[in-house]
Amino acid sequence: MSKNTLDCRNLLCPMPVIRTQNALKDIADGDTLEVICTDPGTLSDIPTWCRINQHQVISSEEIDNEIVFVIKK
Amino acid sequence: MTQDISSQDANNSPKQRKAVALISGGLDSLLAAKVVQEQGIHVEGINFYTGFCVEGHTHAIRKKDKDKQKRNNSLWVAEQLGIKLHIIDISEEYKDIVLNPKHGYGANLNPCLDCKIFMVNQAQAWAWAEENGFDFIITGEVIGQRPKSQRKETMPIIARESGADDRLLRPLCAKNLMPTLPEREGWVNREELYDFSGRSRKPQFELAKKFGFEDFAQPAGGCCFLTDANYSKKLADLWDARGERRYELDDIMLLKVGRHIRPKKNFKLIVSREEGENNFLRGYKKQFTSIHTVSHGGPLTLLDGEFDKDDIRLAAQIAARYSGGKNAEQVTVQVENYNGTSYVMDVPPMPADEVKQEWHV
Repeated sequence: MSKNTLDCRNLLCPMPVIRTQNALKDIADGDTLEVICTDPGTLSDIPTWCRINQHQVISSEEIDNEIVFVIKK
Repeated sequence: MTQDISSQDANNSPKQRKAVALISGGLDSLLAAKVVQEQGIHVEGINFYTGFCVEGHTHAIRKKDKDKQKRNNSLWVAEQLGIKLHIIDISEEYKDIVLNPKHGYGANLNPCLDCKIFMVNQAQAWAWAEENGFDFIITGEVIGQRPKSQRKETMPIIARESGADDRLLRPLCAKNLMPTLPEREGWVNREELYDFSGRSRKPQFELAKKFGFEDFAQPAGGCCFLTDANYSKKLADLWDARGERRYELDDIMLLKVGRHIRPKKNFKLIVSREEGENNFLRGYKKQFTSIHTVSHGGPLTLLDGEFDKDDIRLAAQIAARYSGGKNAEQVTVQVENYNGTSYVMDVPPMPADEVKQEWHV
């Protein structure tokens, strides 16, 4: 299992969701993707997108105005 | 599309038909997808991001909105329906629609008819739709709902010019239109579709109630900023000041933020109105010259256009007028160039009555 990172800082929704969607297409099932965001809208949008597309948000953490998601495909 | 219309799959079982629904996040597209889903069709959603989507960038900017529920309504709709949603960034391709609409604009800079043709075409052309055996497209259009794009005479134009032809089904008003392929082939039962027309929303509300949908989005003016008069005015001002009709994604983001004040044709100020906008504009300091007040609390201001030292001084006086030092004799400001160099200067804040009304874009 490998870890991948996606930088979505300073992007506003839905761009972080679109980037996450596209990045997940390129990784293998079971791998994880770390997504770093600054838009508070992602706190709702990324977990919702993951739920409807059957991906798992393993963790989400807010650190210094940044939100870091770890998503398992 | 080139999919066959045979009624059985390779195992001679009834073929599972698939439809792609254009999901805006509003009530009509939710209902249209639900109506077809109820008939046993496999539905997946597509949502297009044009850069002008109300769903997108605004909800995160202003701090005063922080207590409001933040959700993307297209995602919410998909979750209500239990369908997958594919969000496609078309902001670059969409420029040509905004700048050169073949069918013209609506009341503001909204190219609704060209937009709908483009989106249906995008759905049609989308490679995987064909690869994955999608049979037809669903939209939530209703005859007479919108003055420009949703008229009975424009519906065939959308179907024809998008290339979708009669694989474009509008479940909410299908009974007012000629039967489409999905109806003629019996993939969907025409009798269970609807005959909505006109601007009244009552039939949609009743159908929403029947399906048990509550808390759905009702954005005034639809889901696009281009239908908003104030927003269109700012976009027209941008084109006028530049002497050409063009924009970048950052331009159209910034039109939604702050006070836009154009004291001279060659430049304008974008003055943040509160902390959330301050934080947002800070992300643009490497692209724009910025001004912030040092001696007093105040907004972050970006300068857009071409300007000389006198212009910067004028801008600093205006920025100071919106700071905590607006009644002080002098306010110290820091001017920071996009390349990182900076200097400070003292300016008298411009009196409120000298900030001319016509400067406000």
